[in-house]
Amino acid sequence: MEQERNIIDMTGISKTFNGVKALDNVHLSLKKGSIHALMGENGAGKSTLIRVLTGAYPFESGRILVDGQDVVNTSPEMAQKNGISTVYQEVNLCPNLSVAENLFIGREPRKWGMIDWKTMNRNADKILEDLDIHLDVTIPLESYSVAIQQMVAIARAVGFQSKVLILDEPTSSLDEEEVQKLFGLMRQVQAKGVGIIFVTHFLEQVYEVCDTISVLRNGTMVGTYPVEELPRMQLIAKMMGKDLDDLEEIRSDVSFQIEKSGTPLLEAKQVSRLPVVKPYSLELHKKEVVGVAGLLGSGRSELVRLLYGADMADKESQIRFQGQEVKLKHPYDAMKCGLAFCPENRKAEGIFPDLTVRENLNIAFQTRQGIFKLIPKKDQERFTDEYISILHIKTQDRETLIRNLSGGNQQKVIIGRWLLTHPELLILDEPTRGIDVGTKVEIQKLIVKLAQEGMGVFFISSEIDEMVRTCSRMIIMRDGQKVGELTQREELNQEAVMKAIAGGEGEC
Amino acid sequence: MLRKMTSHKLFMPVFCLAMVLLVNVIMTPTFFQITIREGVFYGYMIDILNRGSELILITIGMTLVGASCGGVDISVGSVAAFSGALCCICLGDGAAYRMPLVAAFVLSLLLAALCGLFNGFLVAKLQIQPMVATLILYTAARGGAQLLTNGGVYTIKVPKFKSLAGAIPGIPLQIPIAIAFITFLIVFVILERTALKMSIEAVGMNRKAAKLVGIKTERIIFGCFVITAILAGIAGVISCARIGAADATNNNASIEMDAILAFALGGNLMSGGKFSLTGSLIGAITIQTLTTSLYALNVSAAQLPLYKALIVIVIVAIQSPGVQEMIARLKKKKEAERQVMAE
Repeated sequence: MEQERNIIDMTGISKTFNGVKALDNVHLSLKKGSIHALMGENGAGKSTLIRVLTGAYPFESGRILVDGQDVVNTSPEMAQKNGISTVYQEVNLCPNLSVAENLFIGREPRKWGMIDWKTMNRNADKILEDLDIHLDVTIPLESYSVAIQQMVAIARAVGFQSKVLILDEPTSSLDEEEVQKLFGLMRQVQAKGVGIIFVTHFLEQVYEVCDTISVLRNGTMVGTYPVEELPRMQLIAKMMGKDLDDLEEIRSDVSFQIEKSGTPLLEAKQVSRLPVVKPYSLELHKKEVVGVAGLLGSGRSELVRLLYGADMADKESQIRFQGQEVKLKHPYDAMKCGLAFCPENRKAEGIFPDLTVRENLNIAFQTRQGIFKLIPKKDQERFTDEYISILHIKTQDRETLIRNLSGGNQQKVIIGRWLLTHPELLILDEPTRGIDVGTKVEIQKLIVKLAQEGMGVFFISSEIDEMVRTCSRMIIMRDGQKVGELTQREELNQEAVMKAIAGGEGEC
Repeated sequence: MLRKMTSHKLFMPVFCLAMVLLVNVIMTPTFFQITIREGVFYGYMIDILNRGSELILITIGMTLVGASCGGVDISVGSVAAFSGALCCICLGDGAAYRMPLVAAFVLSLLLAALCGLFNGFLVAKLQIQPMVATLILYTAARGGAQLLTNGGVYTIKVPKFKSLAGAIPGIPLQIPIAIAFITFLIVFVILERTALKMSIEAVGMNRKAAKLVGIKTERIIFGCFVITAILAGIAGVISCARIGAADATNNNASIEMDAILAFALGGNLMSGGKFSLTGSLIGAITIQTLTTSLYALNVSAAQLPLYKALIVIVIVAIQSPGVQEMIARLKKKKEAERQVMAE
């Protein structure tokens, strides 16, 4: 029965942000040795709940019991002392310190007041060996991949004798193999009796590794279910609060009337940026959605960046836009031609965190108009309201700072930013990464709709099924090279694309 | 209402200025009195604004540089000395000006602009850290000034030169005050009436994203450095007019530190991004009030920096996130205690 004990009981938790209820009377219980998925759309309150639990946010009402004891955490450090450790998507360790230092930071073993390096390295080795992780603990953490860094962060939490481990979207930037390793580690930690709260957007992963699922929607707890009792479609329905016909293949009702006859919208000839992108040629017509598929690092993002002038293409490259040869020296040139580009990394290249939703939405159009010709504030407000309603952006008002929006809503603002410039050709690099299912479907539908209205679209995604659903044609990339093209919509299916990416028949 | 007021981003800067002014009024009851003597406004406040003109001008520039590239331009004082010296050399030390006043102004501001271009090139093109990049002119420009004045003080014999720092003919307001505030207004209006403010903030906040939305980030940074240098040049000429000579050693010496402080006191982030020009103006006036009132308290020029530093520590600490957080936490704790008591 020991196994059945709850290590965490959160009851009646409420939290308000500027008058908006972010959490409303939420209950959550975590059992010892359980891997517990916390699911919900963007803005459902997952992050808020986690932050309340770790003391990063204060809460208005409710109580938290850890191991049956009333606990009020006022800071993440205090939560850690109380046995609650958190590992975020972006690892918050010190990349230039050694692995061992990272494991022991703040509680280094000492001898004569100095750090006892030998003991520290030995203990670090032991912690990692215990978890079946084999690393050189004396070299800087940054020499390892993000996946390993995350594992070190988890090992650190284990080293702290944590009773609860919170993993906030740890898998977003990992590849399949790394995810498997991480799961292995999670199971080992679980076996030690630690309760794990796992926040993710990937349904597959939930069913692979979790035993319990809690679903949040609009700040309320929809319910907690054993995994066996909650099939996928029901989970999605619970997350979205409606039965989803939407998720039924969008595909069936998609038809593209591509005008192949006229001049193509975009013609690229021998475009390259050696050594990352080897020379390639391609065309894109109006009303086409062209997917660029390939693994991370295959050059798929780099390829579209050249078409937008975000990186300079080599001299020999030729790009024609609507029949006109163009030289793209700066994104501004591409923008003037009617191109738009949603970059892959929303945080690093997309948002201006301290600008408002209105400013973030208008900034590209404003730049295109010219910095000195200010768009009247009234118009800016009208545009903003328009896109808030078209894209269903959830924000308190248009003057809210974009940093206060959830990831999916930030992404929608950025898409809105480009739609406002009325582009002829829209380049979307991973527009659905790290956002919830509902928004993903919305964005996919939007892409198809924009294409039907005459726009050309480049669409990159790590999720092949997403591209298969929305693209009219796909380009396959490998090692910086275009290795194939699937031109018939009929031959677009997940298997075919994977085969093409892997290269050759039979191989997988 | 009170909460709304205290949460306004300019609350702390205004509060600090008010505190400094309050102390002054208590010490000197005539502090706010303004009279007209010999056809010019006269009084403590006027004196502060007049002497603070150079600081206001340079702080405006520092704000633009700080916001656009998250760094500081420490060459401003030296650039001021350099272009001030050039202006005086152009005018000559004869009984009459060697060339028209306007020509001397234009030449000296051109020199300042060149300095700004150099700084901009190092920061925007070569991507050297602003502090390091401007360190070059910090030493070199003052050296240039020394070279022009032969290491000494180059005095202008035309008495009319000094009147450039006096009252505007027919109006009892000092010319430097007018220049500082008109410049502030012009920059303020341009920032408000165009998308320039947003663009500068965007570049400072996320340079990569700014480039992708089509902003020519290098040009913005270049522009900010050039404007800053030109404003420093104007300040340099004003300083020369005040004493009727070019003093390469003391012309706006150490003003970069005051300007950086004023920028920070205005509630602006050193890391760049969002900024408030009005905040910077308030910060500059606060610093100048401090300096002037310490002089009024008979603190010697040599000891001045020490006292100023002590007061600045307090002001900066009040505004620091650390202290702000502490206050917020205390408030929360009290509230929680009250709730517990109620239960």
